[in-house]
Amino acid sequence: MTRNRVRGRLPVVLVLPAVAGLAFLLVPLAGLLIRTPWTSLSTLLSAEVGEALRLSLICASLATVLCLFLGIPLAWLLARSGLPGRGFLRALVTVPLVLPPVVGGVALLLVLGRRGLIGEHLDAWFGISLPFTTAGVVVAEAFVAMPFLVISVEGALRAADPRFEEAAATLGASKWLTFRRVTLPSVLPGVVAGTVLCWARALGEFGATITFAGNFPGETTTMPLAVYLALETDPDAAIVLSVVLLLVSVGVLAGLRDRWISGPT
Amino acid sequence: MPILRMKATRLADAQEAWNMSKIVNRVLVASAALVLAGCGSGPTPSADPSKVTGDVTVFAAASLTGTFTQLGEDFEAAHPGTRVRFNFGGSSALAQQLNQGAPADVFASAAPANMKQVTDTKAITDAPRTFVRNTLQIAVPKGNPGKIAGLADFADAGRKIALCAEQVPCGAAAKKVFEAAKITPAPDTLEQDVKAVLTKVSLGEVDGALVYRTDVKAAGDEVEGITFAEASQAVNDYPIAPVAKAPNAAAAKAFVEFVLSDKGRAVFSAAGFENP
Amino acid sequence: MTLNAELRVTRGTFTLDLGLTIAPGEVVALLGPNGAGKSTALRALAGLLPLSSGHITVGESTWDGADAFVAAEKRPIGVVFQDYLLFAHMSALENVAFGLRSRGTRKAEARAEASRWLDRVGLSGYAQIKPRSLSGGQAQRVALARALATGPSLLLLDEPLAALDASTRLQVRSELGRHLADFGGHTLLVTHDPLDAMVLADRLVILESGRAVQSGPPAEVARQPRTDYVANLVGLNFYRGRASGTEVGLDGGGTLTIPRPVEGPVHVVFPPTAVSLHAERPEGSPRNVWPVTVEAIEQHAHTTRVRLDGAPNVLADITTATLAELRLRPGDALWAAVKATETHVYPA
Repeated sequence: MTRNRVRGRLPVVLVLPAVAGLAFLLVPLAGLLIRTPWTSLSTLLSAEVGEALRLSLICASLATVLCLFLGIPLAWLLARSGLPGRGFLRALVTVPLVLPPVVGGVALLLVLGRRGLIGEHLDAWFGISLPFTTAGVVVAEAFVAMPFLVISVEGALRAADPRFEEAAATLGASKWLTFRRVTLPSVLPGVVAGTVLCWARALGEFGATITFAGNFPGETTTMPLAVYLALETDPDAAIVLSVVLLLVSVGVLAGLRDRWISGPT
Repeated sequence: MPILRMKATRLADAQEAWNMSKIVNRVLVASAALVLAGCGSGPTPSADPSKVTGDVTVFAAASLTGTFTQLGEDFEAAHPGTRVRFNFGGSSALAQQLNQGAPADVFASAAPANMKQVTDTKAITDAPRTFVRNTLQIAVPKGNPGKIAGLADFADAGRKIALCAEQVPCGAAAKKVFEAAKITPAPDTLEQDVKAVLTKVSLGEVDGALVYRTDVKAAGDEVEGITFAEASQAVNDYPIAPVAKAPNAAAAKAFVEFVLSDKGRAVFSAAGFENP
Repeated sequence: MTLNAELRVTRGTFTLDLGLTIAPGEVVALLGPNGAGKSTALRALAGLLPLSSGHITVGESTWDGADAFVAAEKRPIGVVFQDYLLFAHMSALENVAFGLRSRGTRKAEARAEASRWLDRVGLSGYAQIKPRSLSGGQAQRVALARALATGPSLLLLDEPLAALDASTRLQVRSELGRHLADFGGHTLLVTHDPLDAMVLADRLVILESGRAVQSGPPAEVARQPRTDYVANLVGLNFYRGRASGTEVGLDGGGTLTIPRPVEGPVHVVFPPTAVSLHAERPEGSPRNVWPVTVEAIEQHAHTTRVRLDGAPNVLADITTATLAELRLRPGDALWAAVKATETHVYPA
């Protein structure tokens, strides 16, 4: 009994801020839920909302896949290579985090827009124009969300013991095989965490998306854009849309988490 | 507070939930007050109504940023001892803040609809007065690369067209204009505000857009404006009124009068607004 | 197909300069204190660290040299790391099969071969177990199986027993000895434990501060240490000096009488058990007798080791009975005596 009590006592210094922190995160959500006009939920869930939700999920997932393809090698480069100026590169990678997303969107326009540095040629040579397309949404979301993945994976890579890679080398494994079979599995928790953060950020992306890809129902109107515009005229609808986005994202994340935890160990 | 009141009737027997929403409401008001208090607290307003002093807090539509900032300075010069503080934002967001009890003295909205949201809840009781009008203009990138001649070109799917979303005032106005002209536009994007539209025009991402005349003027050299006849079908009135529970009622009145004065008119004309 | 290496690696202020020859089937132990450069030598042989100069050749092929460098993954080697470095997300079987898969063996074949290796190290029932569920001894055996499964021509063992507790160590050491005896390639064992080296190796190379200070069969090294470090490892009193007839003037002060006359620089060793301690100066046969002061007393399993200050300093192992009789305490003044015939003298 005594021992239980001793073990059960948590330091107040930690518990108080922890509870306050939890409240800080949850109270706004509670506010949202309390004010949700549940009875009008069904009427507000129109086909357009379904379209926006579908588009959101697809674009966020595609953006995450894009981030995984580009971000994991980038994280590896930052963590493992002896590249000069790595610290500076690492700082640059986080730029999309500190940049106001709208500015990020403008930056994307300047590069990939119809008259952008690269976009101009894409348009002239291949007839590809990213702004105002679903692909543009994916690009904007990936731009903003990739740092989350890179930073998570890079942190995991830096914490991972490089001697396992040496062990793999002595067993005859090429660098690529070592990366696939030894390094990547050993940083899987970091990759999963980064993927989740990346997906969540992409799902909630607003500023860069609307700036770069614009807003057109069925093509570029994702849930956050729909929420923002609904807020202009119909706050009730905006709240409902937010709650739908919230529930779907929490549902997806919880589902994935369960699968990963109960998966092969 | 339409949402809350609606909620109260719906949850009439759920007293706890009601209390909870009141708490949430109070938190919202408190945080709005906190934001404003952070800007500094001025001297207490004078008791004498003829003498105007102290802080005047003005909630104004974002499209008024340039003109109102100048008017604020002029007002402070005309009434020594006053200080004008602005909260520029989307009219609907400002209306919601006012309905949540944000401590403002004056509300200048970019649309009568947003003013109505506030008068409906009696957060404003004086009759709002229209102080400027704005009309739409076609905005094209410098040099008009898309060769837009008039409103009819907005129906061309081959051209890149940006419009404001219908939910925001410039989008609603555009809709009215297109209906009057019997044109079905083929927009590529429905932007959340005028600034976003103008960004895309000035970067040349779109060939044409429909925005307010003042916005074209404010956008500078990168954007050219084309006037069109149907614009008269959608004239947007900007109403202004003092807030019912204005902390500095005397100064609020004085500021509203100042905006409506000849001096105010001159500032608005220079910015491309039309006077009512 | 002898392995021949001149390992020269400079890292900061440290320089490794080690010549090494290992015959097929031979087990060479690289023995030395921490920081002597043992791991550097092992990493250079494994290809994890390029040589600054020198070479590594095995038969006709050059692994490292002036104009050739074979990367680790291309060398026919097997390494058992100090903490094994088993891949945590793979089963024991997958760990052992990894090297074969990396070198292009088909999956089924690799798994069958890995399974045979697990049998050989006595872990047939542990194929599907993840490393974290293995005991230290089991993990060591998986690591050995993993290193040997690819049929390497050079086996490198980096402190392979250091992570084990004393009881496991004894058993794993003898098993390791059997596997090394069966292994036809070259083996280099890096260790700081003299017992591991003596039991497992055919030849010892003693490394101090990046240089080989002594090498030879374990028995010879044990009998005729050439440095304080080695003497300390094998537990002998060790002195340098200059002999003139049967008298040796010691470098550190003092004189010792030896059984046969020699001339010139010599090493003199004798075991601590050859030293007797007396409260009074002992009389009689020709002996080395000198006054000493007790500096420290250490209790070992069956004997008591006394560390004594004097000219020269000396270690003495005495029985518990003697300890009781003399009632030793640090600071006590005593006489140490060693028979000349107990000393072993060899040229320096």
